[in-house]
Order: sequence, then C-alpha cells, then structure tokens
Amino acid sequence: MLEHVELFFKSIFIDNMVFAVFLGMCSYLAVSKKVATAVGLGAAVIFVLAVTVPMNWLLDKYLLQDGALVWLGPEYADYNLSFLSFILFIATIATMVQLVEIVVEKFSPSLYNSLGIFLPLIAVNCAILGGSLFMQAREIETLGLAFNYGVSSGIGWFLAILAIAAIREKIRYSNVPAPLRGLGITFIITGLMGIGFQSFGGMLTGGGDDAEEANEQVNQVLQPEVIAPSEEEIVVEENKEIDEKVISYNDVNK
Amino acid sequence: MALLSKKDTNLITDPLADNNPITIQVLGICSALAITAELKASLVMAISVMFVLGAGNVVISLMRNIIPSKIRIIVQLIVVATLVIIVDQVLKAYAYELSKTLAVFVGLIITNCIIMGRFEAFALANGPWRSFLDGIGNSLGYGVILVIVGFFRELLGSGTLFGYPVLGDPIMKTGLYATGYENNGFMIIPPAALIVVGIIIWVQRSRNPALVEEN
Repeated sequence: MLEHVELFFKSIFIDNMVFAVFLGMCSYLAVSKKVATAVGLGAAVIFVLAVTVPMNWLLDKYLLQDGALVWLGPEYADYNLSFLSFILFIATIATMVQLVEIVVEKFSPSLYNSLGIFLPLIAVNCAILGGSLFMQAREIETLGLAFNYGVSSGIGWFLAILAIAAIREKIRYSNVPAPLRGLGITFIITGLMGIGFQSFGGMLTGGGDDAEEANEQVNQVLQPEVIAPSEEEIVVEENKEIDEKVISYNDVNK
Repeated sequence: MALLSKKDTNLITDPLADNNPITIQVLGICSALAITAELKASLVMAISVMFVLGAGNVVISLMRNIIPSKIRIIVQLIVVATLVIIVDQVLKAYAYELSKTLAVFVGLIITNCIIMGRFEAFALANGPWRSFLDGIGNSLGYGVILVIVGFFRELLGSGTLFGYPVLGDPIMKTGLYATGYENNGFMIIPPAALIVVGIIIWVQRSRNPALVEEN
C-alpha cells in the first residue's frame, strides 16, 4: 500500500508531467486560455491515461520485454521485441482514443459535447505517449501500480493546466510588456511555477538532491523502524495484514 | 538558383525566423525543453527531427491521394512511428551514451506536434518536393531554437560546450573562474529552459513588432 501512496504523490508533485518533464506542453499552451476548456481537456487526459497506461503495461509485460514471449513456450524465451514499443504504444493510444470517442458519443452526448472536441487532440498529446514510455522506462512492477501511475500523472497534468489557465485569465488585466504578451509571459510563468514545484522534491525524500538515491536511503531507514517494534505481537499481526492486503490487491489485478 | 525557385526558397527560410515552429506556431515544445541542458543532445535531437520530418513529409505527400481522411491520423502516426524506430535503433547502435541521455524523448518525437502539424497543414496538400523542403525548413527552425537554448544552458550552467570546458576549470580556479565567476546551477534545472525560451520569444518579438500578440 505504501508504494501506491508514494507513487501517487510522486507522480503528481515531484515528477509532474508538465513541470518536470515538459510533456503535453503543446496542448497545455494552446488550450489554457480559459479555465472551463482547460478542465475539459484535463479530465480527458486523466481518463485516457488511466486506460492506456495499464493496457500498454500488459503489452509490455507479455509481448515486448526481453523474454516476454516465454508464455508461448520455452522456445520463444530468446525473443526481444522491445524495438516495436513505439509503434504498438501509439497504435494502442490512437485506437483507444477513437474507441472512447465512439463510446462517449453513443452513451453520453452531453459529455461528448464538452469533451469530444478534445479527444482527437489527445491522441497526439505527448503526455499520453510519455506516460506509457515512462511507465516502461521506470519498470513499474504491477498492473495496479501502472494504473495508479496513469491516474496520478493525469491528475498532475490536470492541476498544471488548471493553474496556468486561472493565471492566464487574471493576467489579461495586467500590463505585460507588448513583446511578451501571450506566449512569452506564459512560458516565463510556467518556468516560475516549475521552480515552485521543484520544492516538492523534498516531500518524499527528506530533502535529498537525487530523488532515486534518497528514496533508497529512506527505504533503508524505514525498514528497520518497521522491523524494530515488531517484537510486539500486535504490530506483527498488523504488518501481516498489510502484507496480505498488498498481495491480494495485486492478485486481484492480475 | 536554378534548383530552388523563390517560392521554394521561402519554404526553407520562413520557418527560421518569422514563422518559427517553436516561438510562433507553438509546435514541438515538449522535446525542445526537456533535452536542452546539453548542446550535444540538442543537436542530435534537431538532426533526428530533421530526418523524421523530411522523410515523413515525403511519404505522406506521396500517399496523400490514397489516405482516407477518416483514418489519416492513425496512418500518420504509423509512418512517424516507423521512422522514429529507425532513428532510435541507429542511435542505440552508434551513440549509445547519447541515446541514454535522450531516453524516452526519442520516442516522443512521434507525438512532437511539429510533425503532425506539418503533415496536416502541408504534406496532405502539396507535392513531395515542396513537402520535403517544408519539412527541412521547419526542422531547421526547430533546430535553431534548440541549439540556442542548449548553447546558453550548457555555457552558463556547466561552463562547457559539447562537453569541453571553455571557461576554465571551476575546481582549479583557472580561466574565468579565477575572477570569481561561478556556474549558475539554475540553468541546469528543467524550468530554466522555459525561461530561456520565454526570453528568446521576447527578443524576437521586440525586433519584429508585427509578431506581437493581442492580449
């Protein structure tokens, strides 16, 4: 459970799609003039990420990774199809976006009217493909975590576009130097927001510079603490319960 | 020039300044910002995009009359994805270290808005030769911004260019560092790229007031 919470907050604040890796900047800049449209696009991104990241996780796990085809039989163990990831991931995304569009149009015309125009935009949104590629690069272990990663990075993107849209609505009343108006000031504001978001870097790591190293250190520090009070039986039972929950959660998802 | 008519020359020169894909058309921002901490990575990225956009524009332009318009997005994505896989495999074979630096951003060329944007806006309506020139022109405009941002970020942030120390040794205190100069660590972190691009836009629009946006 702890790794779910950690991944959730990490993807929203520390590895924020917009401020840390600049994914989805094109639509972030193009559709952030009004809060209402920004909310629509943000919601669509959360939804599509939540669907495509787990799907691509399954593809990666059972088709693309080195030796992933071993379930077909031992003679397939040497195959490594990972060079096909790009084409398969983008095909999944384009198909899913098309499918979502059809389903939404059929069952909820009102949602389609508010969301529909953004859906074709989303197929070519870097944040969606980026979500899948980062999921692959970071070797996320379980389907549950992949789903969590999709949802939380979507929420991070949603927060970012909501914030910039609100700021842009206000900045219309400010006296910005003429050459900076529009795009220029948006870039600089985003940069300043990015610096603000950098301060979240210490949230899970205790202020370390290198998040990965610090994370390992935190885990090493935390583990003895968990083990130390385990001399008391009650705590041990609690720990067992937590462990069982973790296992059952994963099993359900498999 | 016999090879290029005046109209064709404009296809290449326009995107370099007044119709720049990054600062004016607002396309392809994602990768432009993420990999510009080093000049070398910026240059390789610019060359990769030039290959993908040049070749992709030709392919799409050749197929423009047989692609059904309803599924054109998927066709375009498949063409780009194939070209990007070629780039990725070549980088992994001949420049492994660099492909580690670029990491997922090579794959993200697929969703680089410049590519889809030029397919939609140009290659679907023009012949192969003109589309090729348009692709080269736009990727040059993209590359110019990348190289400028990469140049300033690497020079001010690490005091190096292409990995060579040009300002002296910060530890031995030679060269410029002897006068008390320090590297600006701020230029290395991701948000600095946004601010550098913002300043480039500011400079460009101050020089050419016709580009200034309404609020």
